[in-house]
Amino acid sequence: MPANFAPSSSELLRFSPELILSGAGTLLMILDPFFGKKMPKLFGHLSIVAFILAIFGALAANGDAGPAFSNLLIVDGFATFFRILVLVIGILAVLASYRYLDRENSETSEYHALMLFSVAGQCLMVASNDLIMIFIGLEISSIASYILAGYLRDDKRNNESALKYFLLGSFATGFFLYGIAITYGITASTKLNVIATALNAPGVSLPMIGFAVALMLVGLGFKISGAPFQMWAPDVYQGAPAPVSAFMATAPKAAAFAILLRIFMTSFQQSATLWEPFIWISALASMTIGNFGALTQTNLKRMLAYSSIAHAGYLLVAVAARSEFGTAAAMFYLAAYALMNIGAFGVIIHISGKGEKHVQISDLAGLAQKQPVTAALLTVFLLSLIGVPLTGGFFGKFYIFHAALKANLVWLSVLGLLNSAVAAYYYLRLLVVMYMQEPGEVTNSLEPLTPGLSAALVLPAIGTFFLGILPGAVLTFARSAAIFTR
Amino acid sequence: MDPSQALEMLKNGVPTSWYLTLSALLFSIGVAGFMIRRNIITVFMCIELMLNAVNLSFIAFAHQHKQVSGHLFTFFVMVVAAAEAAVGLAIILTVFKNRSTLNIDEINTLKN
Repeated sequence: MPANFAPSSSELLRFSPELILSGAGTLLMILDPFFGKKMPKLFGHLSIVAFILAIFGALAANGDAGPAFSNLLIVDGFATFFRILVLVIGILAVLASYRYLDRENSETSEYHALMLFSVAGQCLMVASNDLIMIFIGLEISSIASYILAGYLRDDKRNNESALKYFLLGSFATGFFLYGIAITYGITASTKLNVIATALNAPGVSLPMIGFAVALMLVGLGFKISGAPFQMWAPDVYQGAPAPVSAFMATAPKAAAFAILLRIFMTSFQQSATLWEPFIWISALASMTIGNFGALTQTNLKRMLAYSSIAHAGYLLVAVAARSEFGTAAAMFYLAAYALMNIGAFGVIIHISGKGEKHVQISDLAGLAQKQPVTAALLTVFLLSLIGVPLTGGFFGKFYIFHAALKANLVWLSVLGLLNSAVAAYYYLRLLVVMYMQEPGEVTNSLEPLTPGLSAALVLPAIGTFFLGILPGAVLTFARSAAIFTR
Repeated sequence: MDPSQALEMLKNGVPTSWYLTLSALLFSIGVAGFMIRRNIITVFMCIELMLNAVNLSFIAFAHQHKQVSGHLFTFFVMVVAAAEAAVGLAIILTVFKNRSTLNIDEINTLKN
């Protein structure tokens, strides 16, 4: 049979978000010599347009769901959920970046192009049905974010952050890839569903599967910053430009969780006894290290980095539940977490000032007196991070621990809830500084919110309330999408 | 090993497990080097060693399964490794420009 290499129209439609994003990223770099100096904001506007087009592309692809490119990609509800999530994160990150890039006088075209490429990689990896495609998507996403982490070349903190992110990220990639190689050796395939069938066949060497699973867990553990592979996160998030930290703590993490869920629920579901204990331990360790680490921090970005480790721990609880409801709970939590985290970082971008001089917790003193709206928005995000009712964070935690209890993970749930109580302390401390203390030097000389940054704060706040008051719509979609991981 | 055994082995080619052992050894050397060495360039070379050890595994498995796909994966890995090297060396260069050192222990200004 002669091979037909021309992609069909529905294959192109299923691949359209990636095509739009990489096309737009290339266009941005071509336009740079013509408009780079004259209209620095143009590139941000263009990339928002590209993200919105890609969302429409992802929705259209979902209407024509199915595999593409001889089963290398698969567009289903699960892929669509995560594609839309990372695309929305992309829009919010661009909105949060306008003022920051302006303040630092840096080039805008490359920044936005890299962000488009990074999101394109994430869209690709969440829609992959093949370990090699997942690897390529992961690398497209990671390599772009290595550069973004060190975007301000002359800033020493940026350099250090990019170096650490790059070295540990590539180190993790090596492990993940070795895991893929061993899996390929055992099953003679890299397609997720073929692997699942091959592993069920009699005579498969259990220690070899265990070895492959362990290697993949190490690689993915680094990417989601789960303990004991979390040590890079505080340094990297602290050193990177604030909007990039907001992006890195949400989009690559959501995509990494998506592939973790897809690989382990689809391919390694039958060998769960091999990996469940490790997820259990990693969940508990991440929650504990994250929350207790955050208690003593004085730097806001570093504190949020530790908090993101803790949140990875909560998400791992949902993975350990190994049920469709657990998967849906993790998806819901990732959406809620992305909104509240970008919002919190947005406030840091606002107060940090040129050269990010003001990123200490004490710099928030008296914010409520000087800018009550900003303070109120930060309050919403902090309450959601704690998990107070009426916010998305509450239902996220509720569903996760509900799924864990259903799966008989009683001890993990109890320890997780105790951990959330510890977490309340360091979030509430920010509220005390903001509302109870007199305005300091930083808050007195604070500039008013710019339109882009206000959008990056108000939209996540609306989303947080939406998820907290009407969680049904998103949860229903997540539950119908979670079925596809089987 | 006696001569007849060696002759047998020459006829059948080197067994796959030997390649896999070599690959595992190279990978372990890479991991150990990543943790022990203090020069950033050497650390980066250790990462490349890890990726190439994986490539060797892919090729050995592809030979064992009599498949072409395993060979193709190595090309993907090589392309990704090349992109990573370009970005990585650029990052290392900016670090060196701002700090005039390549010792990984001296790059520790973060943490409060």
